[in-house]
Amino acid sequence: MLCDNCKERDSVVTLTRSDAQGVTELHLCEKCAAERGIETQLTAPKQPLTDFILAVQKQLPTTTVMESSRCSFCSSTLRDFKNTGRLGCSYCYAAFESSLRDLLRRVHGHSRHQGKRYQPPLPRVAEGATVLAELRDRLRRAIEQEQFEEAARLRDQIKVLE
Amino acid sequence: MLDLSLLPDGGVSWLDASGEHAGIVLSTRIRLARNLEGFAFPGRARDGERLRVLSLVREAVDSSPSMESHLLVRVDDLPPEDRLLLHERHLVSKELAGLDQQHPVRSGAAVFLGDGMGVMVNEEDHLRLQALRSGFALAEAFAAIERVDEELGARVPFAYHPEFGFLTSCPTNTGTGMRASVLIHLPGLVLTKEIGKTLNGLQQMGLTYRGLYGEGSEVVGNFFQISNQTTLGRSEEEIIDQLMYVLRTVISREEDARRVLLRDAGYIIEDKLWRAYGTLRYARSLSFDEAMNYLSGVRLAVGLKLISGLSVYTLNKLLIFSQSAHLAHAEGRPLTESEANLVRARYVRQLLADEAGLNG
Repeated sequence: MLCDNCKERDSVVTLTRSDAQGVTELHLCEKCAAERGIETQLTAPKQPLTDFILAVQKQLPTTTVMESSRCSFCSSTLRDFKNTGRLGCSYCYAAFESSLRDLLRRVHGHSRHQGKRYQPPLPRVAEGATVLAELRDRLRRAIEQEQFEEAARLRDQIKVLE
Repeated sequence: MLDLSLLPDGGVSWLDASGEHAGIVLSTRIRLARNLEGFAFPGRARDGERLRVLSLVREAVDSSPSMESHLLVRVDDLPPEDRLLLHERHLVSKELAGLDQQHPVRSGAAVFLGDGMGVMVNEEDHLRLQALRSGFALAEAFAAIERVDEELGARVPFAYHPEFGFLTSCPTNTGTGMRASVLIHLPGLVLTKEIGKTLNGLQQMGLTYRGLYGEGSEVVGNFFQISNQTTLGRSEEEIIDQLMYVLRTVISREEDARRVLLRDAGYIIEDKLWRAYGTLRYARSLSFDEAMNYLSGVRLAVGLKLISGLSVYTLNKLLIFSQSAHLAHAEGRPLTESEANLVRARYVRQLLADEAGLNG
């Protein structure tokens, strides 16, 4: 059967989606499936965590340079993550962004959040100076981590308070 | 000693068998993993950081209308038997209770217990919000947890990334941070040997199953905890809708299997289930697994209307209160395994006799 998307290559994977409206099937070739972030080689893991850790170990480059790069906030390394399956802090997501993006795609079949959007609360104005200092500190960290969207948001918050 | 009667709902309103399909679905649970911006995750944080997180969360919970009446339990101050009691009551995870050898109890480990709602602090993530409801009640549990999430998220800054969503210690929870699960009793599918097919089907739909106590636990008494496996790439509503749709199918398959059992093996099943009831009514020593298996039979007999006058609520209570830490708590002293078996059998006999007496 031809791929429903490109109508060129043979389909290798069937995407079944079921909801209240019923069941729909989409037949995709490897390339079109990959474009949608669907891993055609992966079967549903029976032991999510074990499979996940194995995936981590397979996924991460074995070069020691990568493994020993550190998160500047909590000083965890990729090697620590490989050993425990847990990240040290939320800034690790920026520090190891490209490895994690691949891993998330592998584990979830997607790497982009589609759920609830969230805006953290503005710091209370009463606390004035310390809040500004904290925000400037976060801004400096965001820039260091090349989290530019976050940095822009913090810069706007600082402007408002100033 | 920990006094659970202080809880707003005694911590057991989810047992009252009031929800939809309560004979088959024991309970519905939804949990959200959240972390506070600016602190290392609990596994990496220093003692002082975890205590600071707890005090920030405490301020937020204290001013949150949905958590108006709540009890704060400092899990890190409790002796092991009380931590086990909370875990058996499904109020804290094994990790928070420090029962896992890999993860001894952490300083700052605590839980805020509200009405059908809990907020664990310093578990694998800074916050694990959970809503627990009786029966099949995904929509209701979701609405409740959404409220608490909104209220807390407006009071403390959660770690959030525009591309990856809510950031969690383990990337298996990143995105929505949501795990929605339903504790379901499937003896019909087990006895007709259809269960393997059903569970395989679940996995193909991106769902997963576990035992009575969640991650890493064995399936006992034909109880399965079915939940979504992935948390990224779909919205919370899509995850809930899919789970709801699949579970309706599972429930109707279980009902079909029960009809088949009665039709094709009526007297054999009837005999087996009455024997299970007889054992629970008269046994002098019962291990936990044994009690679970007989209770599963009796639960099925009640579902098939072979045994009348026995409520699902009583059966639910037996599941929770016949666990070791609960028995020791009721006796007011630690019990060896063989003592616990004797006490368990006595407790089960008593509760079933009371119920039989009440209903003639």
